Amino acid sequence: MRPMSAAFLILAVVTLVGACAAMMLRGLVHCALALAVAFAGIGTLYLSLGAQFLGLAQLLVYVGAIAVLIVFVILLTRGGDSDSPPLAPAALPITGILVAMALFAVLAWAVLHSFAMHPSGQPASPVTVRQLGTDLMAGYVFPLEVIGLMLTAALIGAVIVAMKEKQGTQ
Amino acid sequence: MLDQVFVLLKHWLLGYSPAAIQPAVSILLTIVPILLVFPVLFALTTVLERKGLGRIQNRYGPNRVGFFGILQPLADALKSLTKEDIVPASADRAVHFLAPLVLLAVAFLPYAVLPIGRNMIAANLDAGVLFFFAIGAISELSVFMAGWSSRNKYSLLGAMRAVAQMISYEVPLLLSSIAVIMATGSLSTVEIVEKQAGFSGIFPHWYVLTPWGFAGFILFMISATAETNRSPFDLPEGESEIIAGYYIEYSGFKFALFFLGEYLGMFAISGLGITLFLGGWGAPLPFLTWIPSWIWFFAKLLGLIIGFIWVRGTLPRLRMDQLMSFAWKFMLPMALVIVVAAGAWRFLPLGLTRWLVSVAFIAVAYVLLARGVETRNKTAKRIYRFAE
Repeated sequence: MRPMSAAFLILAVVTLVGACAAMMLRGLVHCALALAVAFAGIGTLYLSLGAQFLGLAQLLVYVGAIAVLIVFVILLTRGGDSDSPPLAPAALPITGILVAMALFAVLAWAVLHSFAMHPSGQPASPVTVRQLGTDLMAGYVFPLEVIGLMLTAALIGAVIVAMKEKQGTQ
Repeated sequence: MLDQVFVLLKHWLLGYSPAAIQPAVSILLTIVPILLVFPVLFALTTVLERKGLGRIQNRYGPNRVGFFGILQPLADALKSLTKEDIVPASADRAVHFLAPLVLLAVAFLPYAVLPIGRNMIAANLDAGVLFFFAIGAISELSVFMAGWSSRNKYSLLGAMRAVAQMISYEVPLLLSSIAVIMATGSLSTVEIVEKQAGFSGIFPHWYVLTPWGFAGFILFMISATAETNRSPFDLPEGESEIIAGYYIEYSGFKFALFFLGEYLGMFAISGLGITLFLGGWGAPLPFLTWIPSWIWFFAKLLGLIIGFIWVRGTLPRLRMDQLMSFAWKFMLPMALVIVVAAGAWRFLPLGLTRWLVSVAFIAVAYVLLARGVETRNKTAKRIYRFAE
């Protein structure tokens, strides 16, 4: 196996520290910001692996939209005070351990069966955005349409929920 | 020769560095000019803006420091350096400190994909336009960090306004760029500029000279004004309502950093507008191609900056509901129509037909949408929900 590059190590450390901070910090807003750091780290990891579209989409969607959404939700619900009581220790640590073990098993299985463990000769050529777009619009057009329909339904549902609330207050 | 003078200079300097550190030196020689040129442009723009606004408002503007006040930015920089850096006692110190740094880092990154001249681009990415928008999305988070960490009602209000406005106007911004991306078939900024090279008669092949491109450019610039929180979309800062918005609790050089970040964002998004619609570094007329490409880029940039200043001195600030309904009821449907018009333009045969079809699409949509916005504002009966 190839040695890990310095860039990979730095990005991995940033991502892991961000993820750990997102779990362990007290203030909810701090957690959200740490999560954004982890997202950005993952995005740059994709970039360093040559997956430009994936990496940039990760930055655009997760850091630009999801993190902002989380922050908004925190501010609109609890105020995001850093004085909020620390997270209660998990009532059933056994559940957490089981979930973690199951996730590890799945990931280990995936890594062991991926081509990283069974290199098949020459490395794959980097995928261009054009190829991705053509595949999305030709080969995978049905899943794309289904997802689009679902998201539209979710959007309309959200609008209806918001409208009902408005009528109730009047 | 003069066109490539900076590229040649870089290669000449590279030749003197040992082979082992050449990649690092190459990167340095690409980045340092960007870090120097655009802050200098920022300094010039502050003078230009204060002078221009002064002219519009019938006063002199800065005229004490140096010749006609040209050294004013130097005095401003010294002033902000010598001011005390005050952090509110209840502020979140770490986030408060990080926010201007994140904003500035994010403001510099988009220049990596802007082609400033022929062969003058820091990173020719396959997905350059996407990179630009991905980085731009992070700046929302930095604005929020600044507003939230200050522990001030006004700054939090300003941050919430800023984030809501930036998210709303990002949609028409992206959609109007999609029209260009469709016409080019590429996300690479270099390729987009190259597709706009060449002339028919004396007219360049810029996208702004097509019906959908013209409408798209106007939408793009309106959204850009909103994205950079400039007047008339400066509600997040609104001096007369929430004092200074999200950077109210910043003083001294941190405040200057916010100022710098904001202007750098404005230059970057103007640069993208130039790249997408105004032919990048291309000359506007065929007999002017002997003028170096980078001069054209900066000339167009200065033109757009003057436009920004003019708009700021002319238009009053919008109300929050006007801002939102303008974004969602006018800009978004208009941008979608432009995407359709660009598609029609692409697949119709050359000639008068596609001009007519494209213009008809946009004109009809504009008239209907503008009428919808207007009547809704005029005939709606005012309902007092809370003041009774």
